[in-house]
Amino acid sequence: MATVEDYVARIEGTCGEEKDVIVVFKYDKKDEAIARILKKAQLKNTIAGIIFELTFQDTSFRLYSSGKAIFRSIKNKQELNNLLTNLLL
Amino acid sequence: MDTQAIRQDFPILKRQINNNPLIYFDNAATTQKPRQVIDAISDFYENHNGNVHRAVHTLSLEATDFYEKSREKIAKFINAKESSELVFVRGTTEAINLVAYSWGLSNLRKDDEVLVSLMEHHSNIVPWEIISKLKGFTIKYANVNADGTLDYDDFESKFSSKTKIACLSHVSNVTGIINDVKRIAKVAHDNGALMLVDGAQSAPHLAVNVQDLDMDFLAFSGHKMLGPTGIGVLYGKKELLEKMGPFQGGGEMVKEVEFSQGKGCSIIWNDSPWKFEAGTPNVGGAVGLAEAVKYLEAIGMDEVLSHEKALTKYAVERMQECSKVTIHGSLDLSKKCGIIPFSVKGLSSHDVALICDNYGIMIRSGYHCAQPLHQQVLKLHSSDRASFYIYNTREEIDRFVEVLKEIEHF
Repeated sequence: MATVEDYVARIEGTCGEEKDVIVVFKYDKKDEAIARILKKAQLKNTIAGIIFELTFQDTSFRLYSSGKAIFRSIKNKQELNNLLTNLLL
Repeated sequence: MDTQAIRQDFPILKRQINNNPLIYFDNAATTQKPRQVIDAISDFYENHNGNVHRAVHTLSLEATDFYEKSREKIAKFINAKESSELVFVRGTTEAINLVAYSWGLSNLRKDDEVLVSLMEHHSNIVPWEIISKLKGFTIKYANVNADGTLDYDDFESKFSSKTKIACLSHVSNVTGIINDVKRIAKVAHDNGALMLVDGAQSAPHLAVNVQDLDMDFLAFSGHKMLGPTGIGVLYGKKELLEKMGPFQGGGEMVKEVEFSQGKGCSIIWNDSPWKFEAGTPNVGGAVGLAEAVKYLEAIGMDEVLSHEKALTKYAVERMQECSKVTIHGSLDLSKKCGIIPFSVKGLSSHDVALICDNYGIMIRSGYHCAQPLHQQVLKLHSSDRASFYIYNTREEIDRFVEVLKEIEHF
């Protein structure tokens, strides 16, 4: 059975007051992860089909075709894990 | 200066990132390495590797020769009087910690004061804060003007007979502003205090003459000036280093460790600079850094600075075409190196950096380890930073500005 860890290489807290969280997808799974996310999240805006502004379950985030996503206002690890589980699995 | 020829020396610049040619604008964080430096390190490990000092076999003697000649080369680069004034460390952070622990623990007392500016990198704040908790002295923070320039009047007014050391970055890692460290060193000495300069952002970009600037300590990192990671330098005036106790204990830093019944252990420290280099040093790193210095000297540090200033001027002009881009700090290019802090309206610094990354452009986002400067002075949650070096071009700036203009439509 697939897990979030199958898709995610690393999660980084950002430096700065915003406390955003950056999720880096595994290189060989990034295209699949992006496709799954785009299928489930609501698209708000895009630049040239490589940067996507999305919302999912009241959380806004940006997804990059390079295989990274930046999530804002994430309260804790569990909340992020739940979001990723619902987006990816 | 032939930038195109220089670029040929840097293998990584041929890389594609996210299907775009790499544009590396994160040079204030670390620089790329020329083939000459990579080859020098390889040559050392392939042909000359041995542990330095205190052995008689050929490889140890060769390695020692490489290590000490590297020290001489780098000492000349900053115009130290003697190579023994140069201690090899891991980087700027370790160099400042060495002074804070080795000099600070012995020389700072309850009623003393240490003077630091608000524009410092955390590495020139945190070590002093740690030692102040142990010794009970006061740290005074000098103000920085809203444009990121040092408030010289405030800095100078904070000196007193209690001030024992002033700590200031030569060039701000956020704004690229060059501080007049010679002026502050004079005031420090007039008040009987020492002067420590964080040269992490100056030694790679401009000619630093420790005798002319009369600094007591200078700290800088190899990896920010084409050298490898894990090697850096603490310069200290000979008479100061000689009086200081060791930073860490171990091999190399002692002459004798004698144990006798009834008397216990008696230790005689090695001479400077080896007294401060406990354990096996990073010999390959020192060799790489010396090669990096050779590379920079071949270009000429005045040329390096002039190239960066020209790029900065061009980038500032082009970035001002972008209506949502705000450049932070003073734009007086006569007092500035090749660092541009900026923000894009409506986007977090990390969004901007990730978008740039998508186009193969590497910039840094966040506090850049200078949270007090961001919060107290620039009043920013974070910022983006583009920083240039010898291999960057106007064409790369054009591409960067194109991407910034695209971002504006987001």
